[in-house]
Amino acid sequence: MTPAASFPSRRLHIVTGKGGTGKTTVAAALALALASGGRRTLLVEVEGRQGIAQLFDVPPLPYEERLIARGPDGGQVYALAVDAEEALLDYLAMFYKLGRAGRALKKLGAIDFATTIAPGLRDILLTGKVKEATTRMVNGRRAYDAVVLDAPPTGRVTRFLNVTAEAAKLAKVGPIKTHSEGVAAILRAKATTAVHVVTLLEDMPVQETADAITELTAHGMPVGSIILNGVRTDPLEGAKVTQAELKRGLAAAGLPADKAVVTGLLDEVRAHKTRLELEAGLRSELSGEPYPLVELPLLAEGIDLSGLYQLARILMTADEGSQG
Amino acid sequence: MSLDIDALLGDGSVRIIVCCGSGGVGKTTTAAALALRAAEKHGREAVVLTIDPARRLAQSLGLTELSNTPRTVDRTTGGRLDAMMLDMKRTFDEVVLSHTSKEKAQEIFANPFYQAMSSTFSGTQEYMAMEKLAQLRAADRWDLIVVDTPPSRSALDFLDAPQRLARFLDGKMLRLLLAPAKGGRSVFSVMTAATSFFTGTIAKILGARLLTDIGTFVSSLDSTFGGFRRRADQTYKVLQDRETAFLVVATPEPDAVREAAYFAGRLTEERMPLAGLVLNRVHTTAVPELSVQRSLGAAEGLEEAELSPVTSGVLRIHADLVAQVDREARVAARFTAAHPEIPVTRVEAQAGDVHDLAALRDIGDLLAAG
Ligand SMILES: Nc1ncnc2c1ncn2[C@@H]1O[C@H](COP(=O)(O)OP(=O)(O)OP(=O)(O)O)[C@@H](O)[C@H]1O
Ligand SMILES: Nc1ncnc2c1ncn2[C@@H]1O[C@H](COP(=O)(O)OP(=O)(O)OP(=O)(O)O)[C@@H](O)[C@H]1O
Ligand SMILES: [Mg+2]
Ligand SMILES: [Mg+2]
Repeated sequence: MTPAASFPSRRLHIVTGKGGTGKTTVAAALALALASGGRRTLLVEVEGRQGIAQLFDVPPLPYEERLIARGPDGGQVYALAVDAEEALLDYLAMFYKLGRAGRALKKLGAIDFATTIAPGLRDILLTGKVKEATTRMVNGRRAYDAVVLDAPPTGRVTRFLNVTAEAAKLAKVGPIKTHSEGVAAILRAKATTAVHVVTLLEDMPVQETADAITELTAHGMPVGSIILNGVRTDPLEGAKVTQAELKRGLAAAGLPADKAVVTGLLDEVRAHKTRLELEAGLRSELSGEPYPLVELPLLAEGIDLSGLYQLARILMTADEGSQG
Repeated sequence: MSLDIDALLGDGSVRIIVCCGSGGVGKTTTAAALALRAAEKHGREAVVLTIDPARRLAQSLGLTELSNTPRTVDRTTGGRLDAMMLDMKRTFDEVVLSHTSKEKAQEIFANPFYQAMSSTFSGTQEYMAMEKLAQLRAADRWDLIVVDTPPSRSALDFLDAPQRLARFLDGKMLRLLLAPAKGGRSVFSVMTAATSFFTGTIAKILGARLLTDIGTFVSSLDSTFGGFRRRADQTYKVLQDRETAFLVVATPEPDAVREAAYFAGRLTEERMPLAGLVLNRVHTTAVPELSVQRSLGAAEGLEEAELSPVTSGVLRIHADLVAQVDREARVAARFTAAHPEIPVTRVEAQAGDVHDLAALRDIGDLLAAG
C-alpha cells in the first residue's frame, strides 16, 4: 500500500515535473490548500516567467512578497517571483556591505554576466532566498507556515537543488560557501522539505518522473508525493457498449440514431478506452514507487481561480487516505 | 491555406528541413515522420537528427545509445533513412578537435570550465544541434536532412541561444574580466574604476580558480577558431541558406500557438522562409451534429429517467471531446487570422503514443493529407 501524502507535516514544498505537466498549477493549488484554517503560505517562482501572476490574473509580481489569494477557509497566500539579479544584490548587501555600488554592478551587466558564467551561482541565490523565507521569524513566529516552490522542470531540478556541488565549483572559502551549506541542509532535511513530482499519465512525463525520482534520491533529496495531474474520469465506469443498446439509448433521448452517428460515437468510445488503458498501465508503473500517489482531475473548463480551489480541496483531503 | 507536405518532401532543391516549436508539441515525432516519408514515398536519401527522443521512439529507429553518427534504419522501403541522436558533449569535442592539434584539444577538454560548458551551459545544446547540422550538410551524403530541435520553452531559442552563447564567449565583459591589466587605458578607460571594482567583486564570489579556467579556455578558443562568434556566425549561415525550409510545430493550445506565431514573425524578420505550421495532436469528432449542449442535455435526461446509463456515458465522453474540439478550433483560428499567409497542416491526436515505424507512417499520411 502506498503511504498517505500528509502535506501539512512539511514546511517547504518543492514542485517539479516535466515541462507543461502542471507544476505551476499544482504549486498554486498546494499553497492554497496549505493556507486553509487561517494559515499563511508563500508561493515562490524562480524562472522569471511570471507564471503565478498569469495564473491568478494579476499584474507581474515584483521582487516582493505580495498577498495574492485567500485560503479556502481564511488564511493567506503570498507570492514572490525571485529574481537572480535582485537576490545577488541582496546577497552582496548582506555579506559585502555593497549598497548602491551593487546597483552600479547591475548597470554594467556584471550580475547578469556572473550568473551566466556560473549558472550554479544563480541557483544558490534562488534557493537561498527560498531558505530565507522558509526559516524567517517575525515576532518570535514563523513568517510562513509553509513555502511552496514552483521549481524548474525534472530535467534540471536536481542540479538546481544540489547547491553544495555547485558551490564547490565556486569559491572554496568565504560567505558563499557557508551560505550554500545552510541552504543545502534545509533542502535535504526530510522533516522540513518534500520534493513533489507532477506528471500526466503519458509516456514521457511518466518516464521523466521515474528518472527524476532516481536522480533526486541519489542526491539525498527528500521525495514527497507523485502528483498525477489531469486525470480523466471514465463516465462509462468500465461498462461495455453495444451498438444495439446505444441505438436504443439515443432514440430514447430523442437524438438521431442512424448508422453514421452510432458508429461515430462508438469510434470515439474506442479511442477513449485505448487512452484509459494506456493510462492504467502508466498508473501501475508509478504505483511501484514507494511514494504516495495523489490524483488531480482534468478540469474540462481549464484552470481558473475556482478550478484552483477545487484542486486545493482535493490536496487537503489527500492526507486522509492513499489514492494509489 | 493548406500545407502540401508531399510537395515539400518531393522538392529536390529542399535539402534541409528544420522542425521548431515549443516544448513537447511533437517536434521529434514530426521530424522522424517526415524523414521516413521522404525516404519511403519520395525515394530520398534522408537523415534525421533527433534530440532527446522518447526512449521507445529511439529504439524503433535503432538508436539504442547516443551515437554521434547516423545509422541506417532497418525495415524501411524506398530510398534510405538514416537516423542519429545528438550527443552534445561529443559534438563539441569534435568541433574542438577539428580545429586544433590533439595536444591543444586535450588541454581544452581538461579545462573544468569547458567541461561545465559543454554539458550544462544553456544554449550549448542548441548550438551543438546547429553544428551537427552543418557537419551533416558538409558531409553531403544525404539529399535531405531533417532536424529536430532541443526541448525548450520557446521555439526562438533554437535561433537565439547559439548567438547568445557566442556573444557571451566573445563578449566585452569576459575580455574585461580576463585582461584587466592590459585593457586599462583602452576603449574602456572610462570604466576602469568600475571595472576593477567589478572584477574584484566577481573574483570574490566566483573564486579566482574559475576565472583562471575561463581565461585559459577563452584564449585557447581564440587560437583555435579565431573567436567563437565567427564560428557561430558561419554555422548560422546554414539556416539562412535557400535550401533550408522551416516548419513550426504547435499543439492547438494557447501557449504553443503563441510561440509558433512569435517564431513565424521572427523568421520573416530574418528572411528565412517558413514552409508552414504543423498543428499536431488535433482532436476531431465523427459526430459534429451532436453539440456539447445537446449531448449533455440528453445525458442528463437519460440519467433522470434512469434509462440506458451506457448511452449517457457515451454522450458524456462525446461532449468532453466536442468541447475540446471547439476549444482547439478557436485557438487555431487565432493563428490563421493573424497569419493567413502561412500554410497549415493538421495531424490528428492518436489514441496511443507514437513510437514505432507504423505509427510514424500514419503520422506521415496525416501530415500529407493537409
Ligand atoms: N488539472 C488540470 N485540468 C485542466 N487543465 C490543467 C490542469 N493542470 C494544468 N492545466 C493546464 O495545463 C497547462 C500547463 O499547466 P502549468 O502551466 O501549470 O504547467 P507547468 O508544468 O508549470 O508548465 P511549464 O513547464 O511551462 O512551467 C495550463 O494551461 C494549465 O491551465
Ligand atoms: N499526433 C500525436 N498523437 C498522439 N501522440 C503524439 C502525437 N505527436 C506526438 N505525440 C506524443 O507526444 C509526446 C511528445 O512528442 P515529441 O517527443 O515528438 O515532442 P517534442 O516536441 O519533440 O518534445 P520535446 O520538446 O520534449 O523534445 C510523445 O510521447 C509522442 O509520442
Ligand atoms: Mg510553470
Ligand atoms: Mg523532442
